[in-house]
Amino acid sequence: MDPQPKYSQYNEHSILIEWPPIIDENTLNSVLIFKNNILNHYTKLKVEVIYTYCSILVIYDFTIDNINDRFIELKSIFNTKGSVLNFESKVWEIPVCYDKEFGSDIEAYCRQKHITESEMIALHTSSIYKVYFIGFLPGFLYLGGLDSRLHLDRKNTPDLNVKKGSVAIGGKQTGIYPQDSPGGWHVIGKTPVELFNPSGQPPCLIQPGDAVKFVAIDKHTFVDIENQISDSKFQLKTIPTDA
Amino acid sequence: MLKVIKPGFYSSIQDSGRKGYRDFGVPISGAMDTYSSRLANTLLGNDRKCAVLEMTMFGGEFLFSTPSIIAISGAEMHATLNHKPVSNNSSISVESGDVLRFGRASQGFRSYLAIKNGFQSKSVLNSRSQYKSITKSVSLSKDEILHYSEFKQTVIDSNASVKYDQRILTDYILDVFKGPEFNKLPKDQKHLLLNTDFSVSHLNNRMAYQIEPLVPNNIDPIITSPILPGTVQLTPSGRLIILMRDAQTTGGYPRVLQLTEQAINCLSQKTTGNILKIRLKE
Repeated sequence: MDPQPKYSQYNEHSILIEWPPIIDENTLNSVLIFKNNILNHYTKLKVEVIYTYCSILVIYDFTIDNINDRFIELKSIFNTKGSVLNFESKVWEIPVCYDKEFGSDIEAYCRQKHITESEMIALHTSSIYKVYFIGFLPGFLYLGGLDSRLHLDRKNTPDLNVKKGSVAIGGKQTGIYPQDSPGGWHVIGKTPVELFNPSGQPPCLIQPGDAVKFVAIDKHTFVDIENQISDSKFQLKTIPTDA
Repeated sequence: MLKVIKPGFYSSIQDSGRKGYRDFGVPISGAMDTYSSRLANTLLGNDRKCAVLEMTMFGGEFLFSTPSIIAISGAEMHATLNHKPVSNNSSISVESGDVLRFGRASQGFRSYLAIKNGFQSKSVLNSRSQYKSITKSVSLSKDEILHYSEFKQTVIDSNASVKYDQRILTDYILDVFKGPEFNKLPKDQKHLLLNTDFSVSHLNNRMAYQIEPLVPNNIDPIITSPILPGTVQLTPSGRLIILMRDAQTTGGYPRVLQLTEQAINCLSQKTTGNILKIRLKE
């Protein structure tokens, strides 16, 4: 049986729901199903959610009068039977150019890890990374599944300006910077793909529960895709998931 | 329309926030001090979602070219309309050619200029609040034009003024809830948090306020978790970071306290060196 999450008041208008602090796909599914059921239940009340690996924050548009009534309500939503994820999870192909011109930390990274660049690229492109949630920056995907041979602690001093599209490794995680930002991860490549588009509906095509796979491209292809994007002719590909 | 002659130190368009996109990592944004911004809107009979101008530390200079009514609330920035002083927290008629000037804040830190029916800048993801990577620019610049709808009304009498609670500007006690990780702190550090006279560090902006002194601790980092404006994070090096309206939506530092909405508004009116105390809400 699924573990029951814990409920607590976060502020005047929010409730925090927490699972045991474990990063795994069972908890992710629990979180996603509960999150969807909460949003479906409250349509008229205007409720927002923020969710991460093992917690959901429910933010009401009003001050909570009776916190216990809300706890009971949320628990009954959790125990709703027959809840399944209402979307099919996709695997998205993200083209990445691992050229030194874009991956400014490739050499230093490979030296510290005692691997060659081609080994690094082979490992980084071989996994399928699960999207757990979006946070940190608009459109920043939290990805699970980085091969342990690629783990490397963050830099001691963060870079002031990591470029938009940079693909990087920090600790046990890998990710893509959706905009220029300070950041302490090791930059190993760059994608021409836009991960967040404020005029898009939804602004992120890739959703939590989906997965991504990195595909190595050369500089020529990178420029080619960039041009296709500026002409609005590029579409992200998905990989069939019959496996 | 309104022409920005001088933008002031840091001025931006803000409304009640960008709701509904936090699960895409988009911060809520919106006016830092929602009490004062709402009061300015209320004075004009505006909806609370109407976009206002938020000015920080010292205000700008603006030329109106369409008649309307305006209201100023929040920090005292010694506004003048065509060189005549105008007071905060009342509605004021403006005509084409009028020039509104603000000075330096003498009490509080952020002042709000509301206009009848709100500023009509472009709405992106359901909000006009300026934020990096969402809106085209993050703050007002010289010669920028802001649009608003024309509104003509003969003299508004004094009963249009609403009582403004000055405590938003003068209070230095922040009411807080216990944060999710509060109880991981040993007793003496809890005591330190609730009994220290803190002061606002020079690192304070719409994203976060850091406060001093450090609170040394051995509390473990957490798995990246949700955060809100008003969440107080404690870093391994002992820094206390109070997240504000433009803060990111998730974080990995322990969340030791959570400010009440009133305390966030109050802190928004503070600046470098101001003294603060933290009081646990019953």
